Amino acid sequence: MRILVVEDDKDVAGFVVRGLKEAGHTVEHAANGRDGLFLAASEGFDAVVLDRMLPGGIDGLRLLETLRSQKNTVPVLILSALADVDERVNGLKAGGDDYLTKPFAFAELLARVEALARRGKGDQVVTKLVVEDLELDLLSRQVRRAGQKIDMQPREFRLLEYLMRHAGQVVTRTMLLESVWDYHFDPQTNVIDVHVSRLRQKIDKPFPVALIQTVRNAGYMLRADPG
Amino acid sequence: MNPADGVEAPRQAPGLTFQPTYVLRSAGFRFAVIYAALISVSAAALAMFLWWQTAGALDRQTEATIALDVGDLNAKWLVAGLPGLVETIDERVAQNADNDSVYLLVDPLLKQLAGNLTHWPPKINRRPGWYELQVDRGGVQVSTRIVSLVLPGGYQMLVGRDIAVRSKLRGLLTHALGWGIGVVLLLACLGALLVRKLFRRMIANVSDTAAAVSRGDLSRRVQLSGRGDEFDQLSESINDMLDRIARLMEGVKQVSNAIAHDLRTPIARARARLEEASGHSAGPAELRNAIEQATTDLDGIVRVFQALLRIAEIEAGSRRAAFATMDLAPLLADMAELYEASAEEKGLEFDLRIPLSLKAHGDATLIQQAVANLLDNALKFSPPGTVVTLSGTKVTDGIQIAVTDRGPGIPEPDRGRATERFYRGETARSTPGSGLGLSLVQAVAQLHGGSFTLADAQPGLRAVLRLASNPPTS
Repeated sequence: MRILVVEDDKDVAGFVVRGLKEAGHTVEHAANGRDGLFLAASEGFDAVVLDRMLPGGIDGLRLLETLRSQKNTVPVLILSALADVDERVNGLKAGGDDYLTKPFAFAELLARVEALARRGKGDQVVTKLVVEDLELDLLSRQVRRAGQKIDMQPREFRLLEYLMRHAGQVVTRTMLLESVWDYHFDPQTNVIDVHVSRLRQKIDKPFPVALIQTVRNAGYMLRADPG
Repeated sequence: MNPADGVEAPRQAPGLTFQPTYVLRSAGFRFAVIYAALISVSAAALAMFLWWQTAGALDRQTEATIALDVGDLNAKWLVAGLPGLVETIDERVAQNADNDSVYLLVDPLLKQLAGNLTHWPPKINRRPGWYELQVDRGGVQVSTRIVSLVLPGGYQMLVGRDIAVRSKLRGLLTHALGWGIGVVLLLACLGALLVRKLFRRMIANVSDTAAAVSRGDLSRRVQLSGRGDEFDQLSESINDMLDRIARLMEGVKQVSNAIAHDLRTPIARARARLEEASGHSAGPAELRNAIEQATTDLDGIVRVFQALLRIAEIEAGSRRAAFATMDLAPLLADMAELYEASAEEKGLEFDLRIPLSLKAHGDATLIQQAVANLLDNALKFSPPGTVVTLSGTKVTDGIQIAVTDRGPGIPEPDRGRATERFYRGETARSTPGSGLGLSLVQAVAQLHGGSFTLADAQPGLRAVLRLASNPPTS
């Protein structure tokens, strides 16, 4: 995927660009708001990683607002050292699709950017999600694996739906907490792990192939092949 | 800034030098001047009233007597003609015991026909009207008030009264009032000085305190007079403000101490790990492992920082903008659902007790975070096989959220300190955690105008978060 990184800090930019390239993406880098706006507006990207504080007169939010006023809908992940809840709200209001506070783990950034870029592909209205022999029907709210019906609690259903929508991608615990539970804080205990492990009991344990993989230092991924 | 300003400024220090500009700018001086002006204006108004009531009344009385006299004489003229008038005037002159009347009737050639004046006063012309002048009456100069009348046939008549008494009274009054005004002005000035002194004394209390505080003595407070007047109210507001500042300063001090003590340790650990790895690691695998460990340490430090900043943000009260009215029942049910699985995995029973609806006013995200911290703690310290209870109830002045566990609890003497930043009880030292969880709950409670208390659940801990139904507005 083509990703634009707009970040003025050399170390952070280098780290992000290298990491994204290693993950197999094509990456462009802009070190100030002006160049970033020019690149974002003139070339097609699948996602933009945008720092909030930028030199050169155009800061992250200005860039984003300008971009949105031009009807550019490229998914944007805002990176910021401002962690206030209000700052987060401001960032999302300006047209950001996701907000990540510095310092961050690269795994978190990669997972979020990939999730955004995938969403940007304009997923049509689907009524059924299928991964291997696992089927999730969004209309009848039924889950089947290998044709066998599995009973689900509403929250388990939403958790599985999120994992299936991002099949083949890493989803972090924070992403799950934000998307499935709509919580924006960091619990100290492993609450998410427990819920994932319960889900595993239902959809993986009775079957020969496990679909929910744990990705070390990152989160989870739903895929057929553990390699 | 112009360099001269820096030199000029200290010279204008209030109270040290007597500069005219300073005096004019002084509020005490202004009050004093206003006081003096008010007193003088009142005194002048009083003097004018007195004058009008005494000297003025005498004038009016004299004029009324003369007018009555003139009316009588006129009637006589109409009834008895010139001889009758002459006779009446002579009669009146003869009968005037006080010798204060003045009459003169002259023919067109100004020859005296009757009256006690020998000739027509030169200062009175032929036009009728009121005059006030000295006349010669039988060789004596007297002050008079006279009306001059023209009668048919070219005859003219003067009727008047001696006003010596009135002049004397007027002199006395002028004298008295002149002195009076002098005394009033003196009193006004003295009063003004007194007002200024009082004013200064009243603000000296406040300004001394402010000066002491700005020099760094945060313990100083404004003395209250105990009268409960406006100055006391002002002093109380200032004292409240100082208390709040002191609390905030105390918080900052606590946080910086805490950072010094509790963040140095993990930072030192991460540093040591990295240094050790770069100097002594046996191979790439060991190196990688050390770096990963150090990264984990740093993540922990970042988490502590975020928690500290969050608490500071909540304590500053800037989050009240996000307050909204909401139903806590589904919010607590969701929290319970999130934590129930973890509880079950630890072999704990999770008990949720909430009514169908629990309306509250507050910040949903913060309440969630506070409840999450309480549940994190309860799960962490509960021995297997026990019950963790989350309850929400409506109380008289708000909402009460309680989390009860059957763990070791917190000993009575330590409970007060449990909400301090980085405080970790004896039993908690061996468990992971930053010691900030309860500080955040406390901050959330305060933001919502409520309270946070820890109690003995016999055995275990009962943590109670109260939210006021009408939280203070910022």
